[in-house]
Formats: sequence, structure tokens, C-alpha cells
Amino acid sequence: MDFPILSSLILLPIVGALFILISKSSDTYKFKSSKYVALFVSFVNFFISIYLWYIFDPNSTEFQFVENRLWLQGFVNYKIGIDGISILFIILSTFIAPLCIVSVNRTIKVRLKDFLIAILVMESLMIGVFCSLDLVIFYLFFEGGLIPMFLIIGIWGGSRRVYSAFKFFLFTLLGSVLMLVAIISIYWISGTTDVAELYKLGIEPKYQNLLWLAFFSSFAVKTPMWPVHTWLPDAHVEAPTAGSVLLAAILLKMAGYGFIRFSIGLFPIASENFTLLIYTLSLIAIVYTSFVALMQDDMKKLIAYSSVAHMGYVTLGIFTINQQGLEGSIIQMISHGLVSAALFFCVGILYERRHSRLIKDYGGIVSIMPKYAVLLMIFTLAAIGLPGTSGFIGEFLILMGTFKESFLVATIASLGVVLAAAYMLWLYKRVVFGKLINKDLLKMPDLNKSEIFILTSLALPVLFFGIYPEPLLNTIETSITNLIDTYKYSINVTK
Amino acid sequence: MNNLNFIYPEIFISLSILFLLIIGVFKKKSSDLVFTLSVVILLIALGILIKFPSDKEFFLFSDSYKIDQLSTFMKIVTLISGIFVLISSYKYIKLAKIIDIEYPVLILASILGMLVMISSYDLIVFYVGLELQTLSLYVLAAFDKNQRNSSEAGLKYFVLSALSSGLLLYGCSLIYGFTGSTNFALISENIFSSDYGNIFGIVFILVGLSFKISVVPFHMWAPDVYEGSPTSVTLFFAVVPKVAALTVFIRFLYVPFFSLIEQWQSIIIFLSLASMIFGAISAIGQKNLKRLIAFSSIGHMGYALAALSVGTNSGIQSSIIYLCIYLVMNIGFFCCLFMLKRENIFFYNLEDLAGLSKNHPVISLCLLIILFSLAGIPPTAGFFAKFYIFISVIEESMYFLAIIGLLSTVISAFYYLKIIKIIYFDRPKEQYDKENDLGLKISLALSTLLILLYFIYPDSLINLVSKISII
Repeated sequence: MDFPILSSLILLPIVGALFILISKSSDTYKFKSSKYVALFVSFVNFFISIYLWYIFDPNSTEFQFVENRLWLQGFVNYKIGIDGISILFIILSTFIAPLCIVSVNRTIKVRLKDFLIAILVMESLMIGVFCSLDLVIFYLFFEGGLIPMFLIIGIWGGSRRVYSAFKFFLFTLLGSVLMLVAIISIYWISGTTDVAELYKLGIEPKYQNLLWLAFFSSFAVKTPMWPVHTWLPDAHVEAPTAGSVLLAAILLKMAGYGFIRFSIGLFPIASENFTLLIYTLSLIAIVYTSFVALMQDDMKKLIAYSSVAHMGYVTLGIFTINQQGLEGSIIQMISHGLVSAALFFCVGILYERRHSRLIKDYGGIVSIMPKYAVLLMIFTLAAIGLPGTSGFIGEFLILMGTFKESFLVATIASLGVVLAAAYMLWLYKRVVFGKLINKDLLKMPDLNKSEIFILTSLALPVLFFGIYPEPLLNTIETSITNLIDTYKYSINVTK
Repeated sequence: MNNLNFIYPEIFISLSILFLLIIGVFKKKSSDLVFTLSVVILLIALGILIKFPSDKEFFLFSDSYKIDQLSTFMKIVTLISGIFVLISSYKYIKLAKIIDIEYPVLILASILGMLVMISSYDLIVFYVGLELQTLSLYVLAAFDKNQRNSSEAGLKYFVLSALSSGLLLYGCSLIYGFTGSTNFALISENIFSSDYGNIFGIVFILVGLSFKISVVPFHMWAPDVYEGSPTSVTLFFAVVPKVAALTVFIRFLYVPFFSLIEQWQSIIIFLSLASMIFGAISAIGQKNLKRLIAFSSIGHMGYALAALSVGTNSGIQSSIIYLCIYLVMNIGFFCCLFMLKRENIFFYNLEDLAGLSKNHPVISLCLLIILFSLAGIPPTAGFFAKFYIFISVIEESMYFLAIIGLLSTVISAFYYLKIIKIIYFDRPKEQYDKENDLGLKISLALSTLLILLYFIYPDSLINLVSKISII
């Protein structure tokens, strides 16, 4: 590969952020220009990533577009590359970031310039996470993302933002330091931190359990799995809309991606040993947090809890370690990335107009905001997993994969679908339908152009991939098959 | 006598000290000139040092003075940090009205003492260097005559430091008594753990040295002295003496005492763990930034010691890398402190930083980077410093130390985040002066850029350090 296309994907947002940083400004005119810079950069990045998808060869089992540069004494190389799994997450990141930038117009009142810089830096780091092929590089990007997110929650967040920002930062950091110990240990055990090398070499079974647990501690916090999910509702509620969107759509996916790439890929034996643990935690997450979501009176909190439940499906699907389960969880992650982003945007739109996120303050807005009601309906149904939306494909495949492994687990997990329908439809009913009692609501305007743009561009892929998931499945199929083959091979070798 | 070349820097500095004193006596209002000259002197000494061959070792004065890669590198680090300390604190010294000719002269004298300490290969030479350094530091701590705090800091430092010097000297005498020599090489041949006197001697020496780099439980002086001393001196305390003290630590542990590694390893591990945990926890409640940085430096020294406890060359190297990055971060942090002034009054309280980002976006951004680096969050240099430490710790399978160390980084992240919270999330207060002198700006910009961009070429520091091998 001649042109370092992945590095340019990572660097481009940073370059844009530097531009914005250098441009001196305090007046609104300049704010606009820095917004255009950010928009331009992020859209260019999106098109590059689409082009990347286009030239990506889905039938190859190798990593593609690999770049390898000597970096740290030759023992840690700057190595990046993608396979069928990572490309989808990269596109998701480059797709969500420009939408966040479009949305800042009305949500961010102060220090817009800094906000744009934070979003762009965040985008770089997220892309970096999904293409790094070296554990240390992965850790750098993974942890580096804490800094901009901390600032996004802390500076532009709501009233309890300080508490939430600290909780977010410290929870995640605490989970991650053990992963650092594990990464360094892997280096001393295997002599390399290169993921592709490690796939070939394998890690001695006697170390795998502890290393798996160390990685798990980090990913479980980030996913977030029950019982370490408590930072998520706080972070979501206090973060500004764009922050919530980034958090739900992409940051949570880093952990799911990490489970697939590292936990299963590097520690197959331990993954098998701990399947029961993951099943239990995932089921608790699905059922328990769904009930919690049912009882929320804050819309953002409700969606945050539903995220935990949806991520429960993802972890469940990943650790079935069969074709359907894994494919399902990747599609579920992509779909949840789109849907939760859209739902947070929807809540943000209401919050801007009424400055309240409480469900009881709304009701009957279908008559004043018909466009909004339609779009929200699509996303509500997608969150439930109605056939025809991308949510259905993911959940269906996951449940299918789970049935293969265990009837009981799948049955309990199916309960979550019912519960999801309950809390989402009830939310929709209370907010959109009913009698319009609150007269203040009458002043609320319907969606403006940029909001329509954001929501429709999210709704289109949701519907498209719901009806025709082939492009997604095609892209990931070979990589997943390859992963499962390696997994089965190493299990058989040890037996 | 050709080898005398290799102590030209020391000779040059000592002659210049005398020369500067003469200027001070005969020329009135010469303090500015003396200050500038002292920076020039350090630069010249640095120039001489850089020319030293990096692949040879020399002994001077019947094996009591050693020039090797370790000593040359640490001397260079000492001088560079000394230069930056002087440059960045110039304005402060003027405004705080402590710019007497004695100030730069004392700084030079203590740097001279450190250079001697770094090269010493003999207990007596080591002690002479140490005393030259600490005596100058007592005076510097008490330099602001108009402030009661400063005199208090000087006195406190004097009393406690004299006590620790006493312990150190007692340890030296025990070692001498049981091995029959003061030379490091001879000691290492004759030291045996069967003689309890030797072990006592090691313990006393380690206690004395721990006091000098302020690790728990010998840290009590640090917060008070850091708080009371003039800020420029605090910066000096936080940065320069640590280099010499750490070098001496390395030298003692790995040359004369290396055969007794089983005896001292657990002591060092204890010191390191205690400092990491205690430094992290007690910094949380601090309201004064100078006190806070004292506790944070206690924690940081804990990490540097963690790598020393493993007993390998890579441990020593990562400890030195840690020290270098620590110096850069601290210089950057104090540069920001020097900028917090309004009408010639300086501000040191945590709440004085409130909303700084609104009125002073550049300083805040620098502080943000420095603080995240102090907390060890990637991709800043502080992360790499910790990364190297834990690589060498885990290489020796000391998982307990590594895990506790990393957990205490999470605790310490809390108080660094607290500062960031105050800077970025809180309501702004009054503006501070916008004008700052060039030296300060350059120091801040340089240190911030080094911290931020370290990840692009992390090998730079490793290549410099990788030649150092003691064992």
C-alpha cells in the first residue's frame, strides 16, 4: 500500500483541529468559519472512509492497508490496518462525527471553538482505536479518548457535570490500568505486542485466564456491563447532546470491538472458560436494566439504560462465538450506534426547545411537531428491533446464535425484546401522543433543516440495512469465519 | 594528569562562583549582571560536558571520582534543568525582591555540590558534595527574609536535613568500619551480609538518601518547605536536587551494595509503594498548589524508585527516563505558577485557578497538557514515563508492585482532574497579568511541546539513556 490512507484518516481531524486552534477569534463570524473547517474536515474523512470501504477486499482474511513503522525501540511498532470488522466501525465513527458537528449550532452556546476541537480530536482517537494492530498503540488511542470526553462532559455538560465527568474518567481509567499491566505482560511472555503476530503465535494457556480478566476489567467498564455500568447514565444525562451521541454511538463500541479483536482473538481458551460469566452478566444487563429503564422519568436516562441493555445483547452475541452470534453483535453495534445516536439527538431537540428532559413535561407533541413524531417513531421501532429496521437483524442473529449454544440463555434474553418494546413504546406514547396539556409546548417549532438533515441521514441507513443487510454481512463474513476458525483451532490444539 | 580535563566543569563553576562574589563586592547594583552571568556560566559548563566522550570511563583522584555515561548524562540533566529554573524564575525573583547577588551564587554552589555528588565514587567525596549542596539549599529556602514562612521553611529544612545527614554519616562510618574502605569499588568487594554492621550501614544510608529525595516515610519536610520557600526556590527544590539524589541512589544501590540486593530490595519496594500511595492520597486534600506539587513529587519519586528496586539495567534506565520527563513536567507546571500574578502579587491557591481557561486560554491549555501528563494519561510524555517503569517492573514479574503502582495512578488522577476541573469547569475570577517575560514563555512552550509531542519520537530519550549501564 503506497498511500497511507489509514494514517491520513487518523490525522485529518487533528489537522482540522489545529487549524481551528490557530485561528484567533472571539466573534461569532469566526465561530462560523471554524465550524465550516470542522464540517469540511469531517465530511472529507467520511468520504475517504466510504472510498476505503469501496476498495476494501471483503474476501481476504489478512489485514489490509497495513502500515508498519518503527516506533518504540523496535519493540512496539506503529502498526495499523483493518479487516472486515474494523472497517464498519471506522465508517460509523466518520459518519457520526460530522452529524455531531452539524448539531452544535444550537446546542452549544459557549466556547464553540473548543468544542469543535474536542470533537475532532475525539474522532481521530476513535478511528485510531479501530485500526490499531498493536496493543500499545491501541491502548494509547483507547485511553487518549478519555481526555476530550472528560472535557466535553465537564465543560459543556448539565448541572451535575463535574460529578459525572469524574465518574466517567475514573471508572474507565481504573478498568484500563489493569489492561496496561496485561499488555506489558504479554510483551514479556510473547516478545511482541503486534496483534497479527500474536494471533499466529498464540499465548500460553496458563497465562490466558488472568490476562483475559485484565482485559475484561477494561472492556466491561467501557461496554458497560452490569454491575459497572453506573457511570453511563450519569455521563449521558449530563453530557451535551453531541457528547452523548459520541459516547453512545462509538465509545461504547470500542469495548465490543475490543472483546472481538482481543479477548476472543488472543485468549480463546480463557474466552471459553469465562463464557458463563459473560452470559450471566449479559442476561442481568438485558433484563435488569430494561426494568430500570422502564421506571425512568428522564428521557436521556431511559435511553442510557436501554443502551446498557442493548450492549448486553452485544456481549452475549460475541461470546456465543459462532457465526450468527458474532455477526449479529457487530450488526447490533452498528445499528445501536445509529439508533442511539438518533435517539439522543431527538432528546436533545426537545431539550433545546423546552429545557427539560422529564417525560412528564411533554405529551401530545404529535400535533405540533409531526415531522419529529414520524422520525422518532422510526428510531423507536428500530430500538425495539422491529423487522425492517437494522435493530431487528442484529437482535435476530444474536438470538439465533444464542439458541445454538443454550436454550435457557436465549429464552431469558428474548425477554429483553419484550421489555424493550415496553419501555420504548411507553416513552413514545407519553411524549408524543396523549393530550396536549402543557400550553408552553405550543410554542415549540417543528424540526428545522439541519435537524431534519441529521435525523434523516440516520434514518436512511437504519431502514436500508434493516431491509438489505447484505453489504454489512458481506464485509464482515470472511473476517468472522477466519476468527472462528482460529478460535476453534486453538481450542482443539489444547485439548 | 590529562584526565583533569574531565572535571573542568566543576573547576570552572567553582572559580566562577568566586569571580561572581568579587563582582558583587566591587560593583554596585550588580545583581542583574550576576544573574545573567550565572546562566552563561552554566551554559559554558554544559558546553564542556557535552563534549565528553560517551563511551569511556575515567577515574580521578585515586579512584574517588568517576566519570562515566551515568555521571555525564546526569550532570547534563542537572545543568539544563538548572538553566531552565533560572531563566523561568527571573521575573519572579525580581518581583519578589529577592534578587541579591547571593541568590544565583548559591544556586551555582548547590549545583556544584550536585555535580560532585553525581560523580563521587567514594563515601567522603560524596558527603562533601552532599553538604555543599544542602548548605546552599538551607540558605535558599530561607532566602525571602521578609516572609516568616520562608525563614520557617529554611529552619525546618535545616533541622531535619542535618538530622538525616547525621544518619547518613553514621551509616557511612559503619560501612567503613566493616569493609575497611570508603571507595565504592573496594566496598563492593568487601561487603557481606553476614556482617550485621553492613546491613545497618545500608539502612542508615538509605534513610538519609530517602530524606533527600523525600520519599515516604521521610517526606515530612517536603510540603512545608515547598510551601514556605519562595516559589523560584520551590521549583529548584522540586527539580534539580532530585537528579543528583537519584544518581547517588543508583550509584549506592548498584555499585557498593549490589551484592546485598536481597537485603535492600524489600526496603526500596516499601519506600516506593508507600510514596506512591501516600503521595496520591494526601495530595487530594491540598488547597495550596505548592503543597500539592510537593505531595505529587513524593508520589513521582515513588515511581522512580519502583524501577530502581528491580535490580536490572533497564530498571535504572527507565528510572532515569522517568526523572527526565518528571523534570520537564515540573518546570512547565511552575512556569504556569509564575504566570499567575496580578499587580506583582503571586497566587498559589487552588481556587485562584478558577475559570482560568476563560481569560487565559493558552496558559490553561498548557496546564491541561501538563496535568494530564502528570497523571500519566496517554498520549502525553507522562504516560510513557510510567510505561517504561512498568515494563521493567513487570519484566522481573513484580506484578504486585505494578498493580499497586497503577492503581495509585488512578487515585492521583483524581486530584489532577480536580485542578483541571477548577481551571475549565468553574466560574472565572479576575484576570491575571497578560504580560510575561520571554524566558518564561519559552520555558513553558518548550516543556509543553516536549510533553505533548513526545509520542512522535519516543526513541529520542531512550537512545540517550540506553548507553548507561552500571551493572
